[in-house]
Amino acid sequence: MSLRSDLAAIAGLIPQNARVLDVGCGDGALLEYLSETKNVDGRGLELSQQKVNASVARGLPVIQGDADTDLGEYPSQVFDVVILSLTIQATRNPRAVLSEMLRIGRRTIVSLPNFGHWHIRLGLLAQGRMPRNKTLDNEWYDTPNIHLCTIADFVDLAETCGAEIEQAFALTPTGRTKPMSPRSWGPNLLAEAAIFLLRGNH
Amino acid sequence: MSDPIFLRPLTAPDADRGEVVEFGPDKALTLDCGRTLTSWRLAFKTYGKLNAARSNAILICHALTGDQFVASAHPVTGKPGWWETMVGPGKPIDTDRFFVIASNVLGGCMGSSGPAEVNPETGKPYGLDFPLVTIRDMVRAQTFMIDHLGVDRLMCVMGGSMGGMQALQWTVSHPERVVAAMPIACAARHSAQNIAFHEVGRQAIMADPEWHGGAYYEHDTQPSKGLAVARMAAHITYLSEPALQRKFGRNLQKAGGISFAFAPDFQVESYLHHQGSAFVDRFDANSYLYITRATDYFDIAADYGGVLAEAFRGCKTRFCLISFTSDWLYPTHENKRIAHALNAAAANVSFVEIESDRGHDAFLLNEPQMFATVRGFINAVAGSEGVAP
Repeated sequence: MSLRSDLAAIAGLIPQNARVLDVGCGDGALLEYLSETKNVDGRGLELSQQKVNASVARGLPVIQGDADTDLGEYPSQVFDVVILSLTIQATRNPRAVLSEMLRIGRRTIVSLPNFGHWHIRLGLLAQGRMPRNKTLDNEWYDTPNIHLCTIADFVDLAETCGAEIEQAFALTPTGRTKPMSPRSWGPNLLAEAAIFLLRGNH
Repeated sequence: MSDPIFLRPLTAPDADRGEVVEFGPDKALTLDCGRTLTSWRLAFKTYGKLNAARSNAILICHALTGDQFVASAHPVTGKPGWWETMVGPGKPIDTDRFFVIASNVLGGCMGSSGPAEVNPETGKPYGLDFPLVTIRDMVRAQTFMIDHLGVDRLMCVMGGSMGGMQALQWTVSHPERVVAAMPIACAARHSAQNIAFHEVGRQAIMADPEWHGGAYYEHDTQPSKGLAVARMAAHITYLSEPALQRKFGRNLQKAGGISFAFAPDFQVESYLHHQGSAFVDRFDANSYLYITRATDYFDIAADYGGVLAEAFRGCKTRFCLISFTSDWLYPTHENKRIAHALNAAAANVSFVEIESDRGHDAFLLNEPQMFATVRGFINAVAGSEGVAP
């Protein structure tokens, strides 16, 4: 099974037999992979009813719901890992969503497109237009990505939410991941996306 | 075990009548109302075979006026089983693979103890002397039946509408005996509107002079008119407004136009009349009173301080909830309320809302997305339970 590269990197961070909540689980590819390879007890929350129906038809435990409104229902610290992959930029209140995830899970994994990537910086400087690339492929007026941020911005948010960054990885355009120091300027310029493993202060 | 006795003559005498299990004082059934049935019976029908590990049993619970004839001809009406699209060889609930138990409910009129049954103490039909039953009582009765069948744990309990309520109640009353549950198009409680519609139906029955205070059996009659009206009113709630409009619109019965009288002018009127009269031929009016009352009393959260999530605390059952967009009897938000409570209890839950304009009855119809959901969920559960493919 071939998994999107950021998802493969996330999967690498999940321990065997873990209890996992995938927020914005899309078509359930990660959940399916985790249950098959790591015997994970996984659950999914997904906004699109169509994707939910398709996932459940494949035997995955997924419910339709909205990260912005529905995470409040879950009890505290019931999941080993809560995942939000390439979705935080599409939430209405990223800070509240991150706080809820930190509350629900013992660990939280967030992956995000890095708006500080040199290509985006250069595009804006050279063309004076809102940047577009593979992951951010919408017109500015027609994008679900309403809260884009850079790696440095996210690191600040994590700190504001009282989270400790246990591990961080940079994702290169070729799909390779490498550990990064979240506070250094290099990854913020060179990484197209980043993955963070966080722990809340619960 | 013996042959079930039905109230009505059989249109299809060759059809499989299923079985009935009789319980005596050693299996007395104490009900929520406080009364105890010391001699009672429950009718059921099974399909498929129980495997050696006894791990492939699926209990199907029927809706308000349903019965145990899920996937085979109904002996009274001669019609095909009410869920033949769902249950059978190669169907989503594959009877070549699973042991399907379809139970009639306590209080029903297809061979189980209910108001039409003869009271062993008086030798006359119970009528209103039959104790009021609840959904919990129906489930309690079913536990005796699965014990009788040698089934300890059910791989799945499923059903639509009131059948979904029973499935939910199973997970609350006997979570250790239920691996998975699939409540479809149901709710964790009856709403004021649900109760209101049922009360219209009950009043129609009780207003019929042929009802005789529930003792019509002794007068060799039945409140057919009242029961038909009850069914007509209820039937409207099973359909959506667009479906009704599409099917009938303002179409007239006769090409000549309206009659300026009260005979049915509109096709929708004669359709309802037909629904009413067909129902009277197969259902007992008192059973209708009892079963509608059971659903009105249904409110799972009420036993848990009003907090639905508390009912599911620690529940290991895997849930799959299904609702339909145009169902206004048990709408999506009621199903979602259950999903939210299950989340709050950290239970394992899937929830699917299916786009359909056929109203509440969609769960009985050909809805490919529902079949795909059921198939996927059941296969996943069967796989983890080690049931052979």
